[in-house]
Amino acid sequence: MNKTVNQKAWLFVIPVFVLVAFNAIIPLMTVVNYAFQETFGNNVFMWEGTRWFKQILLSDRFHAALGRQILFTLIILFIQIPLGIFIALTMPKEGIGVSVCLVLMSMPLLIPWNVVGAMWNIFALPDIGFLGHSLNALGFDYNFTQQSGDAWFTTVLMDVWHWTSLVVLLSYAGLRSIQPAYYQAAEIDGASRWSVFRHIELPKMKKVLTIAILLRFMDSFMIYTEPFVLTGGGPGNATAFLSIDLVKMALGQFDLGPAAAMSLIYFFIVLTVCWVFYNLMMKNEGQS
Amino acid sequence: MSKISLKNLSHSYLSSQVNKEDWALRNVNIDWNDGGAYALLGPSGCGKTTLLNIISGLLNPTEGQILFNDVDVTNKNPVERNIAQIFQFPVIYDTMTVFNNLAFPLKNRGISEQEIKNKVEEIAEMLELTSTLHNRASGLTADGKQKISLGRGLVRSDVNVIMFDEPLTVIDPHLKWILRSKLKELHQKINRTMIYVTHDQTEALTFADQVVVMHEAEIVQIGTPVELFEKPRHTFVGHFIGSPGMNILPCKIDNGAISINGNMIETKIDIKDKSFSKTEVGIRPEFIEFNESGLPVKILKVSNTGRHKIIDTESESGKIKVIAKSSTNIPTGSAFLNFKKDYTYVYGDNWIIE
Repeated sequence: MNKTVNQKAWLFVIPVFVLVAFNAIIPLMTVVNYAFQETFGNNVFMWEGTRWFKQILLSDRFHAALGRQILFTLIILFIQIPLGIFIALTMPKEGIGVSVCLVLMSMPLLIPWNVVGAMWNIFALPDIGFLGHSLNALGFDYNFTQQSGDAWFTTVLMDVWHWTSLVVLLSYAGLRSIQPAYYQAAEIDGASRWSVFRHIELPKMKKVLTIAILLRFMDSFMIYTEPFVLTGGGPGNATAFLSIDLVKMALGQFDLGPAAAMSLIYFFIVLTVCWVFYNLMMKNEGQS
Repeated sequence: MSKISLKNLSHSYLSSQVNKEDWALRNVNIDWNDGGAYALLGPSGCGKTTLLNIISGLLNPTEGQILFNDVDVTNKNPVERNIAQIFQFPVIYDTMTVFNNLAFPLKNRGISEQEIKNKVEEIAEMLELTSTLHNRASGLTADGKQKISLGRGLVRSDVNVIMFDEPLTVIDPHLKWILRSKLKELHQKINRTMIYVTHDQTEALTFADQVVVMHEAEIVQIGTPVELFEKPRHTFVGHFIGSPGMNILPCKIDNGAISINGNMIETKIDIKDKSFSKTEVGIRPEFIEFNESGLPVKILKVSNTGRHKIIDTESESGKIKVIAKSSTNIPTGSAFLNFKKDYTYVYGDNWIIE
């Protein structure tokens, strides 16, 4: 049967295209535009070619920010993913406890990011904050506004508090979807608790964990609001992650060209890592 | 190797039981002899799987005892009971190869590598899995996966009983037949007690020496396929087994004489001095003949299946199905039916009167 060709259908795509154009395509293209030009205001631009890209890629400042960013993301992934799975495994499977746990778990996720930053800022203040004061009272020399180690500790702790729940909820959903027959078969086969986890629970959670790791990678790699409110990137540049550094460059120094080039490099890194990771994880999924 | 006895077994999934319906299993008493091939037959939700899970130790019964060789194992776990169970859906370990899947129950019991290898290869050979033995199990088709499940159940040679919980549900019809014959063959070869749960009468009757029929949380009859067919002990067995099932007609008992709507019915049964709230006559379609006189019926429909004719008739007490040879001439309009005396049973409150 021949299908009739009806080009009018394209009209239906226009509203979406316009929306996406205004919220994504045009802003992105503007950034691309800036990345290759120099401006001193008054809407006057000069072509610079790849100069900003070379400058960013060779700058120590970018390397340092990228290094801090990678370290931060690795730390929180290594804490949040295992911790999230562990909490999901220990959560109740039926009864009133399920709802209680789910609500408690969702709570941090519902708090606006700048509020999280502000909460932790006050919570961790060495003189009046509960955490800061208690740590000092216990004999620790803790001051996140002045010591970079303490600033890192507080930022990581805040992120773990804020986002582990997401991993928990995803893992819990994955665990609940495992049919009881798997556990029963394992029991009959004489499997140990570790074997059940290794050969049943973990493989069955693979897809949700892939999503969880991707989401946590992207969010933590692009983290801005919380550390901005908590430490402002300090002390010094100790917690100036990529996005904080980027904003400093773009809005603090008004170096639009280098900032735009940095944005694109940043975007490209996130995209590449996600693509490679997703394809690696899903490599064998086609057959089953 | 052992005899399995269930004593006064009852189970409920609720914390308190008020009505009969609150029980998933009611007062089950049964002995499974060593080496027998049993089928547990009944409709969905009658308690088959509950009974199976209690035998395997996945479920603790609310009341009653389970004995293996007269030793109480009621509180023992599946590993201590040393049983094998195969589930309705293929349960495989996705990350392992077929070989490791089959070896898993043996490895967990600390059996030597060489012995595992021999055993697994033997089972793989039997189930025709040898060519895919070192592939990842997750890449197999549904029936390939179910073969792995079967294999894991069969790989241990010392189990007390192997239980199958509707294992062929996901298998294609033509493969079903092959796998079922394979199981039957296997039973003869390894001579282990096997309990096969199913809601399919053909499956049950072809697999088992003894069929246990369950209905509404109770065992209603245990017997050979022939016994279930020729002498159902409960109206449910009559209905459920046979195609079409037994005709059940309300009857009156007056001083030992049985009548359906005023027509006397002859049986071999003496039923004086017994009273029931409901009495019925049961007769299989195969044991009814047309005659010059007898129970008057109207002929509704004749269907010819090729091998025989199924005739739908209607008497004043309800519809009656009759099976006759293809060559039989079927009267049109109205006719009279005769029931074969030897196969006519009377049921009081659904249970056979003897």
